[in-house]
Amino acid sequence: MSTTTVKTSAPADQPPTSGTPRSVRRRGERGRGASLASHGILIVASLIALFPIAWLVFLSLGPDKDDYLHPGEIWGKMTFDNYSFVLSDTNFFDWLRSSLIVSLGATVIGVLLAATTGYAVSRMRFPGYKKFMWVLLVTQMFPVAVLMVPMYQILSELKLIDSYGGLVLVYLTTTVPYCAWLLKGYFDTIPFEIDEAGRVDGLTPFGTFARLILPLARPGLAVAAFYSFITAFGEVAFASTFMLTDTKYTLAVGLQSFVSEHDAQRNLMAATAVLIAIPAAAFFYLVQKHLVTGLTAGGTKG
Amino acid sequence: MTVAVQRLKHSYQKYWYAYAMIAPVVIVLGVLVLYPLAYGFYLTLTDANSLNTGRTIGVNEIEATYKFIGFDNYADILWGETAYDRFWSHFIWTVFWTAACVALHYSVGLGLALLLNQKLRGRTFYRLILILPWAVPTFVTVFGWRFMLADGGIINSALETLHLPTPLWLEDTFWQRFAAIMVNTWCGVPFMMVSLLGGLQSIDSTLYEAAEMDGASAWQRFRYVTLPGLRSVSSTVVLLGIIWTFNQFAIIFLLFGDTAPDAQILVTWAYYLGFGQQPRDFAQSAAYGMLLLAILIVFTSFYRRWLNRNDQQLAI
Repeated sequence: MSTTTVKTSAPADQPPTSGTPRSVRRRGERGRGASLASHGILIVASLIALFPIAWLVFLSLGPDKDDYLHPGEIWGKMTFDNYSFVLSDTNFFDWLRSSLIVSLGATVIGVLLAATTGYAVSRMRFPGYKKFMWVLLVTQMFPVAVLMVPMYQILSELKLIDSYGGLVLVYLTTTVPYCAWLLKGYFDTIPFEIDEAGRVDGLTPFGTFARLILPLARPGLAVAAFYSFITAFGEVAFASTFMLTDTKYTLAVGLQSFVSEHDAQRNLMAATAVLIAIPAAAFFYLVQKHLVTGLTAGGTKG
Repeated sequence: MTVAVQRLKHSYQKYWYAYAMIAPVVIVLGVLVLYPLAYGFYLTLTDANSLNTGRTIGVNEIEATYKFIGFDNYADILWGETAYDRFWSHFIWTVFWTAACVALHYSVGLGLALLLNQKLRGRTFYRLILILPWAVPTFVTVFGWRFMLADGGIINSALETLHLPTPLWLEDTFWQRFAAIMVNTWCGVPFMMVSLLGGLQSIDSTLYEAAEMDGASAWQRFRYVTLPGLRSVSSTVVLLGIIWTFNQFAIIFLLFGDTAPDAQILVTWAYYLGFGQQPRDFAQSAAYGMLLLAILIVFTSFYRRWLNRNDQQLAI
């Protein structure tokens, strides 16, 4: 072992000899060509990722609803009129309020429920454990169509149609199973000895969970919260079926309503879309650092 | 570790803590998923539609008059007249859609993750831009894509300047399908990229060193170190990807609305039957939903068995 280590590290220490540039390359370094190719591909991919959104922002500055057909003319007459119209003359703030109430409600309740569940399945092998995990996975598979009709009827019997509470409940059914699954993976990475220490010091299992594990699992909780928020914020099918009053629409439904209400005023729709994207993207970038660890904690453990 | 687990297990001799902790989720799922599921299954055995279900109009309550018809809905969907147009053509398209989208998500995501996993100037910057399609809500980005794909939009203008054919993206069936896969790929790659990047970073770097010492080429290192190291992440994200893509509602619904009967996958088609037409056909819509669920459950069982046979566990 020691001889091989010497072999590989030796050329790196020496000054590069002119004839053999390849042999002095250290691990993780590439030639100029490979590096350029990497940059090239990444730049192209970044442009593809960026362009549709940049284009939307650009079009939202054009004052006329058919400007998207001849974008060249927008340069000459850029204006923020669309934004001021959307902010002052539509129900934008009502929609924003609805969206925030529903998404935050679903996030807070969902993460709490998912955390207790995730902890239970991570630490305790109770009878029915395997079946329960399987059920959590299967609930991921429910297509919108199979639940829509019966949910509609149940919610109308509970008088929850066209109410925020009803929509929050509906979102919980989609976010909680996945978050519980994700948090289970994260709790698995926290050493069991910590629980043990808590138990030895006389904490109840609930106390161990609330005082020791939850603070340690903050990155995982952040990812779960993020997932719940984004899912609820961007959901369309349930929101457009269950919310009936104009002022209670979420943003996703409100955006669709421009089509009939204003005879497809695309410039206004573009401006609204940009206004919606800003808070969502801001929130996303706040938590994105934790995304990699949080999302794959369950997967990488295997 | 295992000793700790044993001792921990011992201290939780009674399971009631565990049950108490999962109780809220069980209740929520039971009331809002399992009960609707059972009720939905019952609906599929009837001929319920929006004309014969109980409803309240003003002060008048109208009694439900739909009746039990057994498995006729399923028989009608699978073997009835025009079953090919109503179910099988959508089924084939859904399978193709799922396979194509997940394959593209995975290969593009893996490629970008590999590029981002090298020592490269500005890789944080690239990563921030590349996850943008995930950061912005789908209904916003799909809306942007509609602008670009519209007849006379930027994509067709660009194709025209290059003297290439300009397809009717939002009207012609083939190009609708092409556009749907393209937009979904654009939306779905960041999730795969971020997950696989996490997987790549968790691979022990000494494995690469050892492989290099043994004289493995770049391809061999990829084939025998990287891919096996990614296995457990891959099997999980591919399964999730398949489930999510199979049920991907928002993209096709928002891209085409009701205008593209031939580009609808089964989920959006079922939604159209139940909510997009008059009279609303609740029973058939729910029956499609049950069929979808059955397909996914069967698929997942086989997938798990296949993984187990290859000595892998799904990370659940």
